[in-house]
Amino acid sequence: MSIAATQKRGFGAVLWDYLTTVDHKKIAHMYLFSGGFFFLLGGLEALIIRIQLIKPNNDFISAGLYNEMFTMHGTTMIFLAAMPLLLGLMNAVMPLQIGARDVAFPFLNSLGFWLFLFGGILLNCSWFLGGAPDAGWTAYAPLSTTSPGHGVDFYVMGLQISGAGTLIGGINFLVTIVNMRAPGMTYMRMPLFTWTTFVASTLILFAFPALTVGLFLLMFDRMFGSAFFDIALGGNSIIWEHLFWIFGHPEVYILILPAFGMFSDIFSTFSRKRLFGYTAMVFATLLIAFLGFMVWAHHMFTVGMGPVANSIFAIATMAIAVPTGIKIFNWLATMWGGSITINSAMLWSLAFIPSFTIGGMTGVMVASAVADYQYHDTYFVVAHFHYVIVGGVVFGILAGLHYWWPKMFGRILHEGMGKLAFWTFFIGFHLTFFIQHFLGLMGMPRRYWVFLEGQELDLGNLISTIGAFFMTFGVIVFLINAIYSWKKGEKAPADPWDGRTLEWATASPPAHYNFKQTPLVRGLDPLWIEKTEGKDEMTPAEPLGDIHMPNSSILPFIMSLGLFIAGFGFIYQTDNSAWLIVLFAGMAILFGSMIVRSVKDDHGYHITKEELEREAD
Amino acid sequence: MKGWMGKFRALFLLSSLALILSGCGKDNLTALVPKGYGAESAMDLIILTTIVMVFVFIIVMIIYTIVLIRFRKKKGQEDIIPKQVEGNKTLETIWTIIPILLLLIIAVPTVTATFDLADETGKEDAINIHVTGNQFWWHFNYEGEEIQTSQDLYIPVGERVYLDMISSDVIHSFWVPTIAGKMDTNPENENTMYIEAYEEGVYWGKCAELCGPSHSLMDFKVIAVSPEEYDQWVADMQNVDPEEEPQDAVVQEGKELFEANNCMSCHAIGSSPAAIGPNLTNFGDRSTIAGFLEPTKENLVDWIVDPESIKPGNKMTGNYPNVSEEEAESIAEYLMQLQPSEVTPESAGN
Repeated sequence: MSIAATQKRGFGAVLWDYLTTVDHKKIAHMYLFSGGFFFLLGGLEALIIRIQLIKPNNDFISAGLYNEMFTMHGTTMIFLAAMPLLLGLMNAVMPLQIGARDVAFPFLNSLGFWLFLFGGILLNCSWFLGGAPDAGWTAYAPLSTTSPGHGVDFYVMGLQISGAGTLIGGINFLVTIVNMRAPGMTYMRMPLFTWTTFVASTLILFAFPALTVGLFLLMFDRMFGSAFFDIALGGNSIIWEHLFWIFGHPEVYILILPAFGMFSDIFSTFSRKRLFGYTAMVFATLLIAFLGFMVWAHHMFTVGMGPVANSIFAIATMAIAVPTGIKIFNWLATMWGGSITINSAMLWSLAFIPSFTIGGMTGVMVASAVADYQYHDTYFVVAHFHYVIVGGVVFGILAGLHYWWPKMFGRILHEGMGKLAFWTFFIGFHLTFFIQHFLGLMGMPRRYWVFLEGQELDLGNLISTIGAFFMTFGVIVFLINAIYSWKKGEKAPADPWDGRTLEWATASPPAHYNFKQTPLVRGLDPLWIEKTEGKDEMTPAEPLGDIHMPNSSILPFIMSLGLFIAGFGFIYQTDNSAWLIVLFAGMAILFGSMIVRSVKDDHGYHITKEELEREAD
Repeated sequence: MKGWMGKFRALFLLSSLALILSGCGKDNLTALVPKGYGAESAMDLIILTTIVMVFVFIIVMIIYTIVLIRFRKKKGQEDIIPKQVEGNKTLETIWTIIPILLLLIIAVPTVTATFDLADETGKEDAINIHVTGNQFWWHFNYEGEEIQTSQDLYIPVGERVYLDMISSDVIHSFWVPTIAGKMDTNPENENTMYIEAYEEGVYWGKCAELCGPSHSLMDFKVIAVSPEEYDQWVADMQNVDPEEEPQDAVVQEGKELFEANNCMSCHAIGSSPAAIGPNLTNFGDRSTIAGFLEPTKENLVDWIVDPESIKPGNKMTGNYPNVSEEEAESIAEYLMQLQPSEVTPESAGN
């Protein structure tokens, strides 16, 4: 299959191509598209929450529906929007940054994506099948074990399936970075985004199993009569809180570290300067990841762990501020003395610094255990983690999208619309969340369906809701920008930003084998090094030769579909054992596909040297 | 550039303006004007950490502003390649050491306060109250006093009162922002915290851990009265005779309906520890109906006729025969006259 053949095809052929693709760039497109879709869904849920809280005693939606709304907002935004958008960017960029032709396991890459998507769809099916989960994204037992209906069952199965996909993705990235770096690309020459992908993947590897275990216990409690969290039968509900947060806190760093990596690359590129304190940045990342596993119980200061545990976790949490502070100052120092270009990608990155600093500040404040007795489970905490996750992760994703859009789609996003989207979203964001710090301290707990009249919480909530509309407007403008670029966007050259790293050394968008000849890396910022020596492309590390490529496969799609079907079987067999048939049918599809995959030899194919030479003409 | 900082400043101005307009929140609800020991300890740390963190923020913003003013690409200098600086040991050491020192300033008082608030010396001699969180109401059992009550927690002002807290169903969290921080009520074991109010008053309490549809309506009140009034209240509560026959005919009818409709299988009047539903001994003195409504007869009738429309997901709905509006009025008459004590929320002022 040559490149020319992938152009000019019907819708069916394109669809089939995407269903079967194992190309990291197309998988990235699918991650971004589905992550984007879930982001809109989660955003819509957020807007409904804010409309409900626009005035006291509002009855826009009912209490039960409200609980479903915020549960799904949190779950969707974390697992189905932020994670896949980041995995999409990692997929699109990381192999290019290390000069690889694809990830280590292209088949698994595809499987990871389809598992995530089917898990997400399964979870959202609950809306149409008797109600979504309503126990919060944290699903604390016994509220989650006793929640009536099937909502929490969908939560368990949906997250279990999509979590397996994420775990597969993380392992794949780890192996890719360890094994597939181009000649000369030592660890300490990797771009920061690759570094943070590496570290975040390590966190996925160690953190997600805790969630998997927790979800299995919850699943058995709800579906098969076990009593891990049932106090009456000798269980303990606090175990869930620990398992959830042993996963949940590193999850925050799984989200924020890749964003840090993007900002590092962007600040460096648009300041035309090498990243200041590269070594310190790498070690700060590692330190944050390490400490990230030591602090989970700061989510549980009010659980009654006692003063010793509270003190230890308080201090461990505060310690994370040190490597984070190092990063902030190194970014500022990167720009210091630089020649700064401000465009949309840079605007999002620049906005990140004050926004995230506020989130980090409140992070230290909530780490102070006794003060947290007041902050905990109030709007102060809601404000804090939105400053971190929106001000850090979402700003990062948007910066990364503007930065790598030309590389991923071959088009440049419109600057005017980019700036409009930025300013409205940025203003809306601070309007929505800044006031919430005070709402929390004024006595408004989180997850409140209504706030009563006469508590002086009206104005703050109104401002917050107005801000949410600004953010909505910003997102819509960004969407229009994306569609506009697809239809009419300016065609992107290979290196539109005067880039420094390897992804800018290949075409925009890259050929499906990425690099005709694997590049030779001679230092940090390899492309920049070549440019300073007057060359405009990388020195190849190998002569032009045949390229070995993996074959496409529909099996990952079918395997995920099998688990999706089995998911329904698991959920509904509690009502009627006839559903066990569905369960077994789904599992049969899964295992059948696995057998086919194991038995059938698939050696891939080669793009011959002649084909490559022909394309060059 | 000017626009960017200008808008940022405008934003902060707007937010602080909003804060000034709304003040520090409602008296006796807000955590920002503490009137108790726990809340004060927290507020001290909130202020300390805010000062340290705002200091850091200002430093970051100063460097940030300078960077954005001085180092933007200028016209005619497009081709200038900045010096490629690898790093600077001294600078990097400075911005590692100083944050560590700043964190120590915060860490030491944090640990001190954490141990201080967990201190249980003197618990044996103090007032001990067993608190039980239920969907969606609070039960209070005064240890050694044979007093059971719910929703309104009476405490003497200026004294440490120890609360042993547990939940009967899902996890709740007991929070009275103006006098103390919060503590979860777990179903498996008791947590202990102490509260101490500095001033008399009716303090708002809230459930702070998601517990179901009516989580946001699980309010309660802590009523801090003078020690004398507290002793009076204890004596009054102990003198209640649940068997006493009412004089008034309507009230008598209400009492009979109350008993006929099976209300007593969940609720108790008197010091019976049974607590499937709220204890109603001093119902007529309560500051609210259902924890958050004005204590009027109309609200009570609405509640008795259709509690689901008021507190979705409550455990009372469907567990008693249908009650007509007239019957509910009689029951309401009976309940509203259950006023055993001279000491009421009004005694605490405000």
